[in-house]
Amino acid sequence: MENSRTSAASPPRPPDDPATALSSSAPAPAADSAPVKGAAVRPGDKVFLGLSRGSGIALLVIMAAIAAFLSYRASIAISKDSVNFLTAFDWNPQADPPVFGIGILAFGTVVSSLIAMAIAVPVAVGIALFISHYAPRKLAAPLGYVIDLLAAVPSIIYGLWGALFLVPYLDGLTRWMDQFLGWTLLFDMSNPGSPARSIFTVGILLAIMILPIITNVSREVFLQSPRMYEEAALALGATRWEVIRMSVLPFGRSGIISASMLGLGRALGETMAVATVLSPGFVFTWHLLDPGSGTFAQNIAAKFNEANDFGRDALIASGLVLFVITLLVNGAARYIIARRKEYSGANA
Amino acid sequence: MSDKLLLDKPDVAGAQPSGTLAHRRLPRWSPIVIALLAAGLGIGIGNAAGLQSRIQWGLIAALLFVVTTYVVTSVVEDRRQAKDRVATSVVWVCFIVAVVPLVSLAWTTISRGVKLLDGYFLSHSMGGMTNLEEGGGVYHALLGTLEQVGIATLIAAPIGLLTAIYLVEYGGGKLAQAVTFFVDVMTGIPSIVAGLFILAFWNLGLGFGPSGFAGSMALAILMMPVVVRSTEEMLKLVPNELREASLALGVPKWRTILKVVLPTSIGGIATGVMLAVARITGETAPVMLLVFGNSLINPNPFSGAQESLPLYVWNQYKLGNAASIDRAWAGALTLIAFVMLLNLLARGIARWKAPKAVSR
Repeated sequence: MENSRTSAASPPRPPDDPATALSSSAPAPAADSAPVKGAAVRPGDKVFLGLSRGSGIALLVIMAAIAAFLSYRASIAISKDSVNFLTAFDWNPQADPPVFGIGILAFGTVVSSLIAMAIAVPVAVGIALFISHYAPRKLAAPLGYVIDLLAAVPSIIYGLWGALFLVPYLDGLTRWMDQFLGWTLLFDMSNPGSPARSIFTVGILLAIMILPIITNVSREVFLQSPRMYEEAALALGATRWEVIRMSVLPFGRSGIISASMLGLGRALGETMAVATVLSPGFVFTWHLLDPGSGTFAQNIAAKFNEANDFGRDALIASGLVLFVITLLVNGAARYIIARRKEYSGANA
Repeated sequence: MSDKLLLDKPDVAGAQPSGTLAHRRLPRWSPIVIALLAAGLGIGIGNAAGLQSRIQWGLIAALLFVVTTYVVTSVVEDRRQAKDRVATSVVWVCFIVAVVPLVSLAWTTISRGVKLLDGYFLSHSMGGMTNLEEGGGVYHALLGTLEQVGIATLIAAPIGLLTAIYLVEYGGGKLAQAVTFFVDVMTGIPSIVAGLFILAFWNLGLGFGPSGFAGSMALAILMMPVVVRSTEEMLKLVPNELREASLALGVPKWRTILKVVLPTSIGGIATGVMLAVARITGETAPVMLLVFGNSLINPNPFSGAQESLPLYVWNQYKLGNAASIDRAWAGALTLIAFVMLLNLLARGIARWKAPKAVSR
């Protein structure tokens, strides 16, 4: 992006701005600079440029192929569907005529991700602030390191822990919510005491899973917030909270938003953690604490083994919907990050 | 922002009737005392009310902590200080709320996994075992994971590396912009979608059966954008003067890249690749769709179903009896140890080979 602005004349760079200095330090493109007279284009250069450009093109081809193949198989399945694919609640592609739709899956995916976001974003911002502004200096660095490591824990392990450890521990909490919040309908349990393998538990587990990534990105942003503002606020007698509220949070707002979107993208596509914890069902219910419902990814994992070729096409169709949703969410996140880069480049 | 601060100041000063510079302050140890008190009360109330789940105890304690802090501070100090202290206590509570499950995750995996994890477990497969039998091992899964991840790395690392070189050293045109955008998009692809793509293309389209190689292709798709991103960042850190010096000596561009740019940034690139490897090692979903699982040792990744570590954990969990759950935990510990080892190694390389010129 910024590379394209770098002309051969190389405009003067602001020396105090590492972001622009770095990207504009990328050498001027060789491809469109006219070869100097006498210096023939060396074959080695040609081969190397060809190879590296080829890899870039290969990446584009892969993306195109993903979209094309998924759409093709999905169109086979959807054309034979006897109900509306987008709104139906059943999943019986092997029935005759095939009946399947993503109603339940879309509901479960959205609700579990929303629960995860509602829990994870405030807590993650809290931890990020803790690391960047509250923790004792000695604790902060190793803590950031540990959070980095936690982001690398495989999802199947979160799932295993969720199913065998979190579910029994959530029993009391869900009963409590049923007792005190049951009137909201959302938190009413039809069968109190049944194991908490519900969409709500999935939301909590997803929240724990996306905490590290949201924390990491927000912490990076908070650490970049201009020291001058903070010191100015402190000099005026602001308390630490006032400093954060008036100089750190406004600066980091778009960073928090994009971090949350990245976390949301991960929560939407999470497979194994959901598949281990949830006991799925295809009856629609508003009761989030009852077992049942499902998510796109979980449904694919659960139904894959019993599916014949047409059933697999149907699963691919649901995967295509997931693909499109995550593309939109991630695209929005990247857009916000890109916009922020420009304005922070001016005052970093 | 600073305007707002100035505007806030007068009424803040007005809120302090005493007019002296020294205000009454809580002693330094007061947050700790309040925290201990809240924890004690939380446990007490939880016990008295007969709440079984310790999550409830914790929530009660956290709530008490925040509320008490606010009340005590607003009585002794003023409302501004109270808000500040509440913010501090909320941030601490957030930290503890997050640390508890993550520590519990690590502790559970280690304590339950260590029961079975030994030389026998690592060197035996599940061949000839019934599901309920105790014993068995993870050798076939470890072998499968190593092969699949190895092949995926062989595919993804060169493509990712060359793409990053293209973007940084040759980029600037429309094509480079498109590649940058789609690398971003690719980073967000859910792993199961990558698996479905290979399924649609390789298995349903070309008619191949499940194999380790099919899994490797899906893993490679997940790995590529990560490698591109991290390599790009590292190449951008190479000072332009090095390139210019080399080119001025008449060294061809491709040799400049190979002999000057890459050696300068090799530490960071290796770190990025290893972090990407660590990421795909734990991917279960595409492996489940494409590699299928196998309780026997299948050393050939190109034909027949294989096993892999995350898949092993999932399959053992699904069997659901005591012996298989033990195996699932031991498999999980093996997997987590492997991933953490890769991570630590990657960070070790990063520290050892860090570019000295640019400090962050």
